[in-house]
Order: sequence, then structure tokens, then C-alpha cells
Amino acid sequence: MKRFWGFVIKEFYHILRDSKTMLVLFGMPVMQMFIFGFAISTDLKDVKIAILDPSSDEITRAVESRILSSGYFMLESRLNAESEIEPAFRTGKIKEVVVFEPGFASRLQREGTATVHLIADASDANQANLIASYTTAIINDYVSKASQTSVPMRINVESRMLYNPELKSVFMFVPGTMAMILILICALMTSISIVREKELGTMEVLLVSPLKPIQIIIGKVTPYVVLALIDAAIIIVMSYYVFRLPMQGSLFLLMLETGIYIILSLVLGIFISTNTENQQTAIFISMFAFMLPTILLSGFIFPIANMPKILQWLCAIMPPKYFIIIIKNIMLKGSGIMYVWKETLILISMIVLFIILSIRKFKIRLE
Amino acid sequence: MDESFIEAAGLTKTFGPITAISDVSFHVGKGELFGFIGPDGTGKTTLFRILTTLLLPDKGSARIGSHDVVKNFREIRKNIGYMAGRFSLYKDLTVEENLKFYATIFDTTIEENYHLIRNIYSHIEPFKKRLAGNLSGGMKQKLALSCALIHKPDTLVLDEPTTGVDAVSRREFWEMLKELKKEGITILVSTPYMDEASLCDRVALMQSGRIMEIDTPAAITSQYPYALFAVRAGNINLLLNDLEVYENRRSVQPFGQTVHFAPANAANEPEGLRKYLESRGHSGIRIEPIHAGIEDCFMMLMTNSEQPKTE
Repeated sequence: MKRFWGFVIKEFYHILRDSKTMLVLFGMPVMQMFIFGFAISTDLKDVKIAILDPSSDEITRAVESRILSSGYFMLESRLNAESEIEPAFRTGKIKEVVVFEPGFASRLQREGTATVHLIADASDANQANLIASYTTAIINDYVSKASQTSVPMRINVESRMLYNPELKSVFMFVPGTMAMILILICALMTSISIVREKELGTMEVLLVSPLKPIQIIIGKVTPYVVLALIDAAIIIVMSYYVFRLPMQGSLFLLMLETGIYIILSLVLGIFISTNTENQQTAIFISMFAFMLPTILLSGFIFPIANMPKILQWLCAIMPPKYFIIIIKNIMLKGSGIMYVWKETLILISMIVLFIILSIRKFKIRLE
Repeated sequence: MDESFIEAAGLTKTFGPITAISDVSFHVGKGELFGFIGPDGTGKTTLFRILTTLLLPDKGSARIGSHDVVKNFREIRKNIGYMAGRFSLYKDLTVEENLKFYATIFDTTIEENYHLIRNIYSHIEPFKKRLAGNLSGGMKQKLALSCALIHKPDTLVLDEPTTGVDAVSRREFWEMLKELKKEGITILVSTPYMDEASLCDRVALMQSGRIMEIDTPAAITSQYPYALFAVRAGNINLLLNDLEVYENRRSVQPFGQTVHFAPANAANEPEGLRKYLESRGHSGIRIEPIHAGIEDCFMMLMTNSEQPKTE
């Protein structure tokens, strides 16, 4: 045991003395959270829209002026027919078309309800979602104010997303970012740290010592568990205070699950490093094996349910997928362990599997 | 050598098409300072890695004490101190932290075995708070030796410990090894420097993965069968060129500012050589008979062993 702690202390020295490592460990998560976070919360400003208003009465004018004076939107063009909508989007200038139904005001007066269609360019899904919800809010605000002074009225706002009908919640981003940052940092750091010993030649001397593979592996992982937990705490605090992500469930459960996920990421890093000979390869594999799949195959950006069957199977072996499900459940829905035990169990079995594989792959000699 | 503490028999190791060592056999007595001498690429490192259990031999076997290097590798790893060919300590750890780390992983403390390293470590102790990466070559080597010794190993395996180290530090280093011998530690050391051979109890001369000769340095040099002369002249390059084409030559080897010359037929020499050199217009000619050194023997053995191959 004393041997093991000696090893852990040495690892801490390596990490704390390397300013680059420290930067990656603590600078990168904060930076990435901001980058992804502001992709979510950027305020809309002067978004160019087009209006199709065949009715052109006082109510539609009032709604239009509300929308255009909000500061969020700018009128790019007025359209005269529905057939002009598609070409208008094709120019790429406008992000949304607001379509009022014909005879808007008279219908509203006669039936008490009328409909506005919002068509948004969802090729940028996030922005489209935001644009539509802002527009909806403005219209609803108008309705509630108008209803106080005159007869009750109702305007149905129907939004349609062009090019990408499947929009996911913006809250997806924080859990996804967390999953990505943690797996990237943990896997990257540990894979580099073992490979570095090989490159520097110190592994040669370590091998000619009574240290066992398991002591070397666990000794490598331990400091990073501590540091990655600090990272996770930073991310959770940021998502709560900076990005206003709700925290419905138990914080303790969240940290526990995060800990499990961190250990899994670290073990994956170890597994990579036992199979590579130099730092560049280790970095490359970490990037390609973890960063891209986390973004593409974890449900982080693209919904898994829409993927072809083969990709869905591939998704099923991606650890971030389960972690994202777990944190979404805990943070957004406030679910307890009863609802996430299956995912938790999958993560734990992956840990066991990769520890066994790593120890078996760990070379007790130089070849 | 009353007993053979380390024994290797027929060790062979190939890497793909390259044969690193071939049929290497030797034995080393307890407490002996045994040197492997040979230029770079002769398989010294491969041999040491097999002995330190880092590589598996293709053929042959070896043991240290009663432990087989393949079967009992864990036992061996507890009992040997290994200094790898390149500097392999942690550059971002201080001198003291490096030493402490190696003490800890062998389950001991600096204090416990301080007596073993006192002579060596005292040179670098004033710098114990300095990062190992900032040490000079000589100090790095002393630190590496201290780290290899801190767990009181019964065998030390030092792979080219003096390569890239200044002359003064090299001499100091060999003094330290002599001190360690007194502690009863068996020491295997490899070096490309022929002049260090005479500091070993016995040496193995290696060339192309084979051991050409094993004996005490004195015995090896006394076996040199030819007359040998150290030749000097004003222009060493011209001297070399002319010696290379001198009829009565057996071997011509440059040694710094002198050339070691062995005649094919010693009867007429060195008078014949002097006349020849004078006729070639050399000035300041000095020819002295000398005793062969290890390097002369090495060169001779090398040419002898190469000749059958070229046939």
C-alpha cells in the first residue's frame, strides 16, 4: 500500500507541475462550457425575417410592428405568395418567415381565433428553436395585452421547422458538453501519462521494480479521479449559475454518477495507452475514439432514435450515451436511482471490462 | 570467482530480420565487477534487458542467483538495481523526490539504506531541491545510480552509465563502483569506452551480438601476439594515409594524435618503417614500441572474427 501511495504522490507532482496539463484540466472545461453555453444562450439580435401578410389589417400590422420593434428581428422582405417562401429561404438571408392567414383581423373578430404560421430555417437547429420561441412570446404578449383592453382573442401560433424537424431541447447541450469534456479530459490525460513513461524510458525502470501492473494503473488513475471530480463540480456550478440549468434531483446522486463516469473514462484512457507507443498516437486515438463519437453518437446533437439501426447499435456501446441519459434524468427530471440504475449498471460493467482488458494488455516486459 | 552468481547460456535474441545477440554465454562471480565492452549496436542493451527481465530471449537461458530471468522475473525485479541506457528519471521531480519515489516503490526509505549511497549521493545532496531535468550529465548519472541502489540490490546492472558524461565524472563514477564492490554487490556494466575496460575485474569484448573474448583485462592485453608501435609525425592525416599503403603492415589504427602500427613481419622494424616515412617526407617522426591496450586487442579480435565471414 505504501508503494501505491508513493506512486500516487509522484503522479500528483507530474500533474501539478505541468502548466499545460493544468490548463487542459481546468482551462478547457470552463472554455468549452462557455463556447457551448453561449451557443445556447446567445440573445437574438437583428435576425432577418420575411413576412407574408395577405390580410394586411390593423391587427396584423400591430403584431408585425411588435415583432420588428422588439430589437430581435429585422424585416428583410415582404412576400406576396406562399410560393415565394421556399425561394426566400434559399437566398440564405432570412431565418424565419411569419405567415398570417388571409382575413386575419375579420376572422379574429368573427371567430375569436386566428392563426400565425412561423416557418424557421432549422438547418441551424438551435437558432431556429430560439427564433420561433421568441416570436411566439412576442405574439402571446401582444394577445394578452390586447385581451385586457378589448374582447378576448386567441392567436394560434404554429411553428414549423424547415430542414430539421427533430429539434431537441437546448438543455441537451449542458449534459452533452459535460459528458464530452469529462471523457475527453480523463481519457486524454491518462492515455498520455502512461505513454509518456514509455517515451521517457522511465517505464523501463518502473518495470524492473516490484510494482504490479494493477498498482501502476490504479496509481495513474487516482489523481485524475480527484481532479476530474473538481472539474465536474465546476461544470455543474457553471451550468446552474451561468446557464440556469435546473437542478431537480439529488446533487449527491449526480456526483456519484459523475464519479462512475469519470472512472470509466480514465480506464478507457489507460486501455488506449496500453495499446499505443507514443503520445501523438494516444492523443489521436482519444480524439477520434471519444470526442467525435461523443458528439455524433451519444444523442448529444443527433437524436439516436432517428439513426439507422447499425449506428444505433454503435451508440449503444458509447459510454457518453448512458451518462447523458443519467444526468438529464437527474438534473432535468429529478429522477432518483430507481430510474437510472440500468444505465448505471452498464457504466459499471464497462469499467470492470476495461480494467480487466487493460491489465491483461499491460506489458510486463518491453515487447 | 568461487561461484558463478550470474550465468547465461546460449542467449539469442532477434528482432525481425536483425539478430541483436547470438549465442551469448558467460558467468559472473558474486561481487565481481564485470564489464561488457563494445561499440554501439553490438547488443549490449539487448543483453542487459534480457538479464533485467525486460525482454524474453529467443533461445538460451540465464539466471541471477537462483532465479531464472524468465520464470522468476518477479523475484529478480526485487533484487536488482537497473540503470537504463538513457537518463530515465523524472525530470519534473526534484533530486530528493526521485530518490524517495524509488525508495518507496521498493518498500524502503532513504534513511534505511543511506549508508549505501552516501558516497554518491553526497555529491548531489546540496542540490536535492533542484529538478532532476536541470542537473548536469554527471550529476544525473549519480542520481540515477543512487536511485538504482536505494533498495540495496544484490546485483547492479548499469547500461552505458558513462556515455555522454565528462571525463572527471567518469573517473569519479568508476571510483564509486569500486566502493560498491566492497559491499559485495555484483556489478554488470556496459561501456563503449575501451579505456574503461581496465577498471573491471573481467571484461567481455562484444562485437555484432557475439562475445569475442572473456578474461581479465591484463590477460587479454598480454595475449596480444604482435609487436606494436605508437607512431607520431607532424601531419597525422598524411601519416595515416602513408601507413595504410606501407607494405609491411598488419594493422593501422588511429589513436588520437598517434597511430598504433603492427607490422606483418617484426624482424626489420621499426627501422624499415622510419626509412619509409622519411622517404615520404614526414617530419618529427617518433616511433615507440608499446604494450597493447584493450582497444588494440579488440581491433585485432574484430578483424580476425570478420575475416571468416567475408569468405
